[in-house]
Amino acid sequence: MKKIIATLLLMTFSSSMFAADVITVKGSDTMVILAQRWAELYMKKNPNVTIQVTGGGSGTGISALINGTTDICNASRPMKPAEKQKLKLRFSTLGVEIKTAKDGIALYVNEKNPVKTLTLAQVKDIYTGKITNWKEVGGNDSRIILYSRENNSGTYVYFKENVLDDEDYSPSCQNMPGTAALVNAVAKDANGIGYGGSAYAKGINEIAVKSDASSEAFLPNAQNVKEGKYPITRFLFMYVKSKPTGAMKEYIDWILSDEGQIVVSKVGYFPLR
Amino acid sequence: MMKKRFRLSEFLAEKIITATAFISFAFIVLIFVFVFRETLPIFSAPEPAVSNEEMGEQETYGDVQMSDAEKASEVKQQNKIELDEGASLKNLSSDRWQPVSSKPKYGLVPLIIGSLKVSLIAILFAAPVGILAALFTAAFAPRWAKEALKPVIEILAGFPSVVIGFFALVVMATFIQDAFGLEYRLNAFVGGIALAFAVIPIIFTISEDAIAAVPKNLTEASLALGATKWQTALKVVLPAATPGIFASVILGIGRAFGETMIVLMATGNAALVSADLFEPVRTMSATIGAEMAEVVFGETHYNVLFLIGSILFLFTFTLNAIAEIFIRQRLMKKFKGN
Repeated sequence: MKKIIATLLLMTFSSSMFAADVITVKGSDTMVILAQRWAELYMKKNPNVTIQVTGGGSGTGISALINGTTDICNASRPMKPAEKQKLKLRFSTLGVEIKTAKDGIALYVNEKNPVKTLTLAQVKDIYTGKITNWKEVGGNDSRIILYSRENNSGTYVYFKENVLDDEDYSPSCQNMPGTAALVNAVAKDANGIGYGGSAYAKGINEIAVKSDASSEAFLPNAQNVKEGKYPITRFLFMYVKSKPTGAMKEYIDWILSDEGQIVVSKVGYFPLR
Repeated sequence: MMKKRFRLSEFLAEKIITATAFISFAFIVLIFVFVFRETLPIFSAPEPAVSNEEMGEQETYGDVQMSDAEKASEVKQQNKIELDEGASLKNLSSDRWQPVSSKPKYGLVPLIIGSLKVSLIAILFAAPVGILAALFTAAFAPRWAKEALKPVIEILAGFPSVVIGFFALVVMATFIQDAFGLEYRLNAFVGGIALAFAVIPIIFTISEDAIAAVPKNLTEASLALGATKWQTALKVVLPAATPGIFASVILGIGRAFGETMIVLMATGNAALVSADLFEPVRTMSATIGAEMAEVVFGETHYNVLFLIGSILFLFTFTLNAIAEIFIRQRLMKKFKGN
């Protein structure tokens, strides 16, 4: 009996000792797999740190940061001014932004579509509804069927701000509830076009994008994204309340180190360097 | 008379049961209150928008070299000011739903049309199928068929709607597009048919109960007068069960209206205002389902989503109330005499 009690005591004691540092991470669904891989690897190497990762979306993560229910927030879009204001009201800090990885947003078309390259201006006109037929960009004579992400997605917002120059998407744009659903739709729709992370591209063609009519076209591959040549490249962020210290600093430094950045390419995104 | 002994266990059991009943009631009321409370701020003026410049520079951590193009894009984002003008009545009644925009547009018209369109298609398919299946099961089917059919169709009611939605997205959409030669693969029609799968069990179950509840003496009298089985079913049983069948259809519409996952996956979610049944639509429920996770809490967009929730709530509440009245009063009166 005594032995059992002693073991139990030891167990509680030791587990409380090892679990001294708990870091909670919440946010972007785009980043959730990446964040989990980071956490797994890091915990394997540092058993005294526990990292809890949950998704829910960039907006959800940022509100959790504002409400103080998460230590680190993942976001695939920068924080909005209104969100910074809320954070300031609550914690009198604007928060700290950490760029953790890069992501290239690929444009997909069906395998049967003869169009291989588009300029940024053409992509914009297609998505705002000014170009409605594939023949206007060198394809077949058929209507362009637009696929987009839902407006809750960081990718949607990024695409709108940087490719559409903040104009509205055409109302006939079909919003898909996830990149996988979008890829599936384009793979089955000969006249479809969609966008999303290049990590998902299967059974469809990726379009090579030119910044303008005279420049070279680049595919969204690792080399082009890393060098900033592919024109639709974004950062994946982490936000914390104040300059990281202690266990959190060690974790973030590890993510930014070469070891953490290898995970980025394994998951299908692009490292910072 | 024997003196009633006080039994603690009985007393407790009774109180616990009473409490559970009232707790469920309280939950409904609290949800009501919550949804409406979150809607209310729409009617007050929005908070003034803040720009990034006013907020000042955010600290960064880690050193990242950015190319010139990336820097330019970052500066562009930093200087953007969101013009949230709030949701005026004019904005809410416009025909554009673009809540994430430099000038957010919260037009509910396309969403309401979308919900109505999909529900209509669903009910046009589900009602005949459900009612006829119920009539067959209750009036014609041999015992073994009845015992097999009823539970199987009722299992369909418990079928996860994600599965139906995924089936519609992957298999049905292609089939329907090829069969009708449609321009849009995902459209109101595909969504409506998929939704019908979720609605049929509701219509079936309630209609079947209503038909089975038709007193035996009515059927027997009809048969005794020399009417065939078919005549009896169509001219005696069906009219007698009408209030219950009507109620089942109304509950079916309520289900179709509130269903989220199926329409989110199968309708294409484009907020269009058109009468074309083969164009993509965006329904109210799918809008809430898709957008709630990422809105800035407390912003106008958030409140507008709750407004849509309130509309949905009122709509299904009214439908349920109508159905209840039909079942309770009309049907019962009919069978029990005055």
